[in-house]
Amino acid sequence: MWNELFPNVVWDKIWAATTETLYMTAISVAATFVLGILLGLLLFLTSKGNIWENRVINGVIASFVNIFRSIPFIILIILLIPFTKFVVGTILGANAALPALIIGAAPFYARMVEIALREIDKGVIEAAKAMGATTTTIIWKVLLPEALPALVSGITVTAIALVGYTAMAGVVGAGGLGNLAYLEGFQRNNNDVTLVATVLILVIVFIIQFIGDFVTSKIDKR
Amino acid sequence: MITLSNVTKVYKAASGNVTAVDHVNLHIEQGEIFGIIGYSGAGKSSLIRLLNGLEKPTNGEVIVDGKDMGKISGKQLRQARQQIGMIFQHFNLLWSRTVRENIAFPLEIAGVPKEERMKRVDELIQLVGLEGRENAYPSQLSGGQKQRVGIARALANNPKVLLCDEATSALDPQTTDSILDLLVDINKRLGLTIVLITHEMHVIRKICDRVAVMENGKIVEMGEVLHVFRKPEQPITKRFVQQVTEPEETKEAMLHLLERYPNGKVVQLTFVGEAAEQPLITHIIRQFDLNVNILQGKISQTHHGSYGVLFVHLDGANEEIERALAFIRQQEVGVEVLANVE
Repeated sequence: MWNELFPNVVWDKIWAATTETLYMTAISVAATFVLGILLGLLLFLTSKGNIWENRVINGVIASFVNIFRSIPFIILIILLIPFTKFVVGTILGANAALPALIIGAAPFYARMVEIALREIDKGVIEAAKAMGATTTTIIWKVLLPEALPALVSGITVTAIALVGYTAMAGVVGAGGLGNLAYLEGFQRNNNDVTLVATVLILVIVFIIQFIGDFVTSKIDKR
Repeated sequence: MITLSNVTKVYKAASGNVTAVDHVNLHIEQGEIFGIIGYSGAGKSSLIRLLNGLEKPTNGEVIVDGKDMGKISGKQLRQARQQIGMIFQHFNLLWSRTVRENIAFPLEIAGVPKEERMKRVDELIQLVGLEGRENAYPSQLSGGQKQRVGIARALANNPKVLLCDEATSALDPQTTDSILDLLVDINKRLGLTIVLITHEMHVIRKICDRVAVMENGKIVEMGEVLHVFRKPEQPITKRFVQQVTEPEETKEAMLHLLERYPNGKVVQLTFVGEAAEQPLITHIIRQFDLNVNILQGKISQTHHGSYGVLFVHLDGANEEIERALAFIRQQEVGVEVLANVE
């Protein structure tokens, strides 16, 4: 029955493309999470009235974040080709998509992290200082745990954006479901392939959203 | 325990410098409950933050338990802070931690091993009366319970000083009283020095030994609470004392009373300490040929004795009234004749 409904769909290829998309998404989400939190923390801590208040460093990070956040992703991939070639050794395949995915998403997430940290009651940070906490303790035991629900819902949104980015990266040769939908589906006029690839991307997005919502509600004790 | 010499704190702002604390001199004894009262913007928040180094003085010296809080920094400052507990108006608990974990936080900071930490947390939960709520999150607690967690957390490392930053201002009157009772209890049991700032004279009246009144960054009046109640000197102090001794409608009521009693005298009597407990009115009625009509009265308990205000109407022969007033003055009772309507 499946073969009659989807005459042009080769299920092995679909499976391989799905794995590639999941691979690109997983790695880039993990890297974005770490890098974004790092940048977000720096943005927050160096901002006015905070522990490491420093206008120069804050300005440098803020402009870096703003620049990479504003470049359209498809252009960012092209701009990063030399960099990708240098780091990964090739500009084709799932691994070659990773630098662009991470550099495109981390600044976006960093801003979300900064907002999440700013939402924390200043009084709580003051209380920790009054107890004699070091900055490291404040970061690990106050800032990150208190902002955690917002950090998780932020990475959920970012992860979904990243699924979209992987599809775009697919068009320029990174593989995955986007690549399949474009090359096998659109260009060869096999609408059934496009449909299956789209549905699979939707399923991935829904699963990510579900997991994100579930985790957020579990850890939010407010 | 705490000595401030000539302390000034200036904030730089775009619109010019703001002097939040202006040449303050203060000495607080060990084991004392010391209150600082003032309206918002008087500089009391800055003053209390100078005591644990959250703010650094622009000038002057802040000595707490032998350490110069304005000079030390880094590890020394962090260790000194572990000896100074602080509680806040909005409690400032970590919502991501349970009651137990919140109280354990300062112990984690001090590097207390886990087993000892758990033991100490249990003691503290008992001390502040939170048995049964150990595993609740702050969002599941009432304001009073949250402040109890705050107090337990502040006491975790056995500090020598407890700073209270408007600790009862967000609580209802009944909860305020139970928290104040807890503070007195802790003060007696642990011999802890408590410094509190507030804008409510009620708090000062109820638990403080001494009080400093702050206005525009300066301490304008300071002394034993009972003494300040008896003889407030500055206008601002008088206003604060009135908060407790006179209901707001007193003035209106008095005007009304003066109209209603055209004969005799309406007198305001002020009782302090032991005098408040003597049956003065009974003596007057027995010794003088007067009708005594009690119009309004209020007795407040301070930490060191009672303080009361009584409005009475004395009716009778003029000489007899004068003799009665002379008698009252001998009893160390403050007398003020409000009007003579003859």
